[in-house]
Amino acid sequence: MAKRLGMEGSIAASEAVRLADTDVVAAYPITPQTHIVEHLSEFVNNGELDAEFIPVESEHSAMSVCIGSSAAGARTFTCTSSQGLALMSEIVYIAPCLRLPIVMILANRSLSAPISIWNDHTDVMSIRDCGWIQVFVENGQETFDHVLWAFRVGEDHSVLHPVIINMDGFILTHTIEPLELLDQESVDRFLPPYEPYLSLHPDKPVTMGCIAMPGLYTETKKAQDEALKASMPTILQGWKEFGDLTGRYYEPIEEYATEDAEVLFVTMGSFGGTACAAADIMRERGKAVGILKIRLWRPFPFEVFRKATQKAKTLIVIDRATSYGGPGGPVASELRAALYGEKKQPSVVNFIAGLAGRDVAPQDFEKMADIVLEGKAKTRQEEYQIYGVRE
Amino acid sequence: MAKPESEITWQELEVGFVVKEPGSARCYRTGDWKSLKPVLERQLCVHCGLCYIYCPDMAYGLDPDGFFIADLYYCKGCGICAQECPTKAITMVPEEEA
Repeated sequence: MAKRLGMEGSIAASEAVRLADTDVVAAYPITPQTHIVEHLSEFVNNGELDAEFIPVESEHSAMSVCIGSSAAGARTFTCTSSQGLALMSEIVYIAPCLRLPIVMILANRSLSAPISIWNDHTDVMSIRDCGWIQVFVENGQETFDHVLWAFRVGEDHSVLHPVIINMDGFILTHTIEPLELLDQESVDRFLPPYEPYLSLHPDKPVTMGCIAMPGLYTETKKAQDEALKASMPTILQGWKEFGDLTGRYYEPIEEYATEDAEVLFVTMGSFGGTACAAADIMRERGKAVGILKIRLWRPFPFEVFRKATQKAKTLIVIDRATSYGGPGGPVASELRAALYGEKKQPSVVNFIAGLAGRDVAPQDFEKMADIVLEGKAKTRQEEYQIYGVRE
Repeated sequence: MAKPESEITWQELEVGFVVKEPGSARCYRTGDWKSLKPVLERQLCVHCGLCYIYCPDMAYGLDPDGFFIADLYYCKGCGICAQECPTKAITMVPEEEA
């Protein structure tokens, strides 16, 4: 039976990395990811995790080390945040094309300027097209679970992709909550040792990361996109197997109180729990509002999304990032694109909210719903509004 | 030797675009970069091999008669061989004229 503990999200994350018997951790500390790296460093120091802990001098080096170690056949973990991700981004794009199943936690934090250490999704949206499998988690338990799931899925030879777990900074990294760890035996049953498909070894030399001339680059990009899309069955299978082991089943898009709802909130990350609490309150007051929580951001589950939204009249999409001069927030613009051309499609209302740690409470969700229910929302094309901005 | 890149489909690429075969650069046709190509006047050639030594692409090889001849599959037409030839036996000629 799994132990139920009060534990900070960051410690839960590092416990999962330890239980996964990770071989290499290369990371540079940055708020709010720091606790994860600190705890991993302690595990290695205390002999509780037999890994190489490589204290690199920058995030650019962290991801470079990760690519080298993963290419050599080591189970590899890193984590970063915000400006660290920005510095790392040059190398981030390389891992998926080389098909190296590195696992990274991104403790989501806003990008400068102005300087902010608090939580939103501007960091991950800056690398939206990096080619990694990308998921969002809602609490510490989901973070723990998804570290194990990410290694299991990413390393599967039908997938061979790196995985980013988006974990809201502070809201999840620094919050103590009740959660269950798995024992080593259960983890070992779910997560077999990493068997690299191809690796760097002197006995059988290969070239990784070579140049592609104009005559081949197009083919590599097509192969990469098809490979990411083809990872979907294993992603789902990984969640099913994890559910069978623990009773916690996950879906690409999760629904709450959606059955008779004409208005659906669409959220990602820790907003999910707040939105569900808000839905309960609104339903007591006779407002039929449901919640869609996008867990799987890449590869995006288009069919699941269209099915989940086909009965809705209005989607209220909450973005935690801005696309300056562009079509609203990145999530809303993608969801509008996913619905474009459908015979029956809900109108999409886009709020940008919760930037840089600005608190969004259940009553704020109700206020946003009221704006929509009173017909005051902007719904045309690229229109959006920033919720709670002082004017 | 692997296929020329112009014949490779995306399905045929190795996972991760890994190159498993050594010496794959031999397949890469650099010869289509050139606008001028080297032409040897055999009466002037003294078989010194300086063209072979200076060629930055190692395109030169010996033919059965003992002359150094550039393999036009690789020759980029840089003209270093013509510049270095002590007897001016090599002339760079526009491709369409030769």
